[in-house]
Amino acid sequence: MQDILSQYESVAVDAVKEWFRVGETSDFPENSGACIKHKTKQIAVYNFARTGKWYATQNLCPHKMEMVLSLGMIGDKDNIPKVACPMHKKNFSLEDGSSLGGEDLKIATYPVKIENGNVYIGFSD
Amino acid sequence: MQHIIVVGNGMVGYKFCEKFVEKAESKDFKITVFGEEPRPAYDRVHLSEFFENQDAKALEMAPAQWYADNSIDLITGERVADINRTSKTIKTAKDREFSYDHLVLATGSSPFVPPIKGVEKEGVFVYRTIEDLEGMLAYAAKLKAKKPGARAAVLGGGLLGLEAGKAVMDMGLEPHIVEFAPKLMPRQLDSRSSQVLQLKLESIGLNIHLSKATNQILGNGAITGMEFGEDDVLDVDMLVVSAGIRPRDELGKACGLDVGVRGGIVVDNKMQTSDNSIYAIGEIALYNQMIYGLVAPGYDMAAVAVDQIIGKTETLMPADIDMSTKLKLIGVDVASFGEPFMPASKGHSIIFENKTQHLYKRINVSLDGKSLLGGILVGDAADYNMLHQVYLNGMAIPEDPSQLILPASEGGSSFGSVLDLPDTAQVCSCESVSKGDICCSITDGDCNDFGDVVAKTKATSGCGGCKPMVTDLVNETLKSLGKEVKETICEHFNFSRQELYDLIKINKVPNYQEALNLFGEGHGCETCKPLLASIFATITMETPNRQPDIQDTNDRFLANIQRNGTYSVVPRVAGGEITPDQLIVIGEVAKKYDLYTKITGGQRIDLFGAQIHELPMIWKELIDAGFESGHAYGKSLRTVKSCVGSTWCRYGMHESVTFAIDIENRYRGLRSPHKLKGGVSGCIRECAEARGKDFGLIAVDGGWNLYVCGNGGATPKHAVLLAEQLDDETVVKYLDRFLMFYIRTAGPLVRTAPWLDKLEGGIDYLKQVVIEDSLGIAEDLEQEMQGLVNRYECEWKQAIENPEMMKRFKHFVNSDDTDDNLVFVPMREQKMPKQWA
Repeated sequence: MQDILSQYESVAVDAVKEWFRVGETSDFPENSGACIKHKTKQIAVYNFARTGKWYATQNLCPHKMEMVLSLGMIGDKDNIPKVACPMHKKNFSLEDGSSLGGEDLKIATYPVKIENGNVYIGFSD
Repeated sequence: MQHIIVVGNGMVGYKFCEKFVEKAESKDFKITVFGEEPRPAYDRVHLSEFFENQDAKALEMAPAQWYADNSIDLITGERVADINRTSKTIKTAKDREFSYDHLVLATGSSPFVPPIKGVEKEGVFVYRTIEDLEGMLAYAAKLKAKKPGARAAVLGGGLLGLEAGKAVMDMGLEPHIVEFAPKLMPRQLDSRSSQVLQLKLESIGLNIHLSKATNQILGNGAITGMEFGEDDVLDVDMLVVSAGIRPRDELGKACGLDVGVRGGIVVDNKMQTSDNSIYAIGEIALYNQMIYGLVAPGYDMAAVAVDQIIGKTETLMPADIDMSTKLKLIGVDVASFGEPFMPASKGHSIIFENKTQHLYKRINVSLDGKSLLGGILVGDAADYNMLHQVYLNGMAIPEDPSQLILPASEGGSSFGSVLDLPDTAQVCSCESVSKGDICCSITDGDCNDFGDVVAKTKATSGCGGCKPMVTDLVNETLKSLGKEVKETICEHFNFSRQELYDLIKINKVPNYQEALNLFGEGHGCETCKPLLASIFATITMETPNRQPDIQDTNDRFLANIQRNGTYSVVPRVAGGEITPDQLIVIGEVAKKYDLYTKITGGQRIDLFGAQIHELPMIWKELIDAGFESGHAYGKSLRTVKSCVGSTWCRYGMHESVTFAIDIENRYRGLRSPHKLKGGVSGCIRECAEARGKDFGLIAVDGGWNLYVCGNGGATPKHAVLLAEQLDDETVVKYLDRFLMFYIRTAGPLVRTAPWLDKLEGGIDYLKQVVIEDSLGIAEDLEQEMQGLVNRYECEWKQAIENPEMMKRFKHFVNSDDTDDNLVFVPMREQKMPKQWA
């Protein structure tokens, strides 16, 4: 299972080598997550319609290794945008992927770009 | 900079570190901690929880990162082998040497294994570490695969032994407890309370063998049995030894520290050993000729050692150590405090016993009847916190002390208010927090709610037993300051559920986003979103399809998410009545989509292992065959269970199946603060278990008896009688009123039983509202319910007929591929998700 986890590493905007188009903005439900596929990776994309902000993380919850984060409810905690895993409600910051519940868990984050109504995720590989 | 070495990374060793780094003086010290186990300190008190979730991380006191963040060197998996007191150095098993200025021994204890012949056989375990538990789990799995009905015995009927008994029961083995003494928990309980506990434990399936001395362990290689006397043999396939503890004092002994006759390193009230650079704390310390096997005294010792080392030498260990304890053993409350057994020459005992309800309460009062000396509670320890405080603080007791323990209906009365306690009363003994600390944190203006108080004082963060008392103290103190005590739902809405319900209804708020604009702030969260979804549903009967983004994941996909991220499907089978043709359809669908099938507790059939994209196809077939959603995924009406009733049963009084179907169909789809379950029994034999439900009907001569507010689950509760001998129509009328009143007033995720507990006036008040209409809202409640009933529609039918709604049943937005991460393994001719890595 660890090898599934190891392919997810956070990508900074300036490290992006490929902006991968994943669909139109209307393909993504408002104020929710949805999942996209890039090669062998599953990436969760979150659409915060109230502020027009978008985030992307690995879809894999590192707690029990399930591909479920895109199904979780999104929101904020102390103004930090977050997703709550649907399995055990572990909370992760969508800004840096850290656990907001004090656990020793972290998820990888990816930059999102919106251009002409299209959604792009940044990858470094 | 001085160097402190802590040997042992158990709960007490960790607590020493935690208390130390909080001190300003800690910057002048460097701490190195050695633990021989492979992981950082974890909560052994809650070890049996490991069986429920197999989550070692959840038990951690602090993650490894915490030690690094506080500049503590944590060295795990390396045992300290030797102490050289002259050179003030230690040597580890890997032959590394470290020097110290202060040495703290917190090596704890190890399980005592009596020298019984054959105790080395395979299948014999001790119960102490996560590794022990993992060993037991692996062995139990092997046993179960080989032989159904395998048995496990626990040697020792003390506190830990009973915990171990629960553990083997949870592993699916037949549990046996073997105790040498003639009673269970001989150290804490008198023989009558011990009998009550025994009855209760036997009623839930534990086999108990008392006065048994084990001669030898039988078996060739692996254990097959235990022999007590010549013809007295118990066949078992596994044994867990829990026969007490022995302090791990080898290190201290070897370097010549003073030790007790039966082990333990002698310490004074500074926690110093016979060498004043060496401290001993926790279960290895022999203080007052005693080893204290509880976590609270261990934490106190850690605090004393910390202060001594930083030079606050006036902090000393008190001479009298409170050994009072309250715990939940296999779901049974057991508590003892002060002097539990008292000779008649010292005082009088007042005993309340009810074996039919497995209840026992004993208090010991002084000869003059003025003070409380101690007591024992089994079955119901709700009074423990208050009694314990009365005892600790020597508070005055009522002239008739029996009022302290008698049930309210027998002339007892709840005694005293938390605010009557003296400021010095220690409320949280794990963290040594007094009533004064808690109240002052609020009156000084530092804290404004329960969360603030916990963050500041750490109260409740240990065993959690004082939580009800701290909550009461916080609320009472806030009230006394004229501040409103509010149960707000989360940081996004500064309202209670009931207030939001009214606001949304009166202002006709159309959706969640608008509610957030009007009454909230931020983006919302997983607490307020489903809560408001439930409120919208109970006002307008809207289905989760209308606002999928605020539904909990289960409601969003109209199915129950399971361990590996697949879903389960439960069609409604009202009253549990199903035709052969319908059974065949379910079977064919399950076969076609390769689903695991199981009969549920609510008399229906659950199909597991469906992927998101399969859900609409499965439901299309089910709906075409006449099924509808069973709402098994919602905080909503689940099922109304029934027995076969007078249609077939020779004892049946009324048609329970027909009535159950009518009621289930009336309330299907109804959303509520928590799930709702019902039951209808055709006679008082109660085969439908209606009294274990939120509402239950039992047929009697002349009609139905209506019971409300029961449940199974973690805190089982029997439903209580609301009204007797009702006709069908009146039952429905009262149910409408009751359910709507609950939906309007209950807090989020509060089931009917705890709601009734909190309802001022209790069942009598509920009777007034529902039967006598004391609030004048009965007609309103009925109309509201009828409106919801009229607007019902099957949300699955609604979803599959609408292409826009169907969009969300897809794993990837940008691909038609399915999740390739799923792995199933075969199990008993069906399948199951592969175990977590």
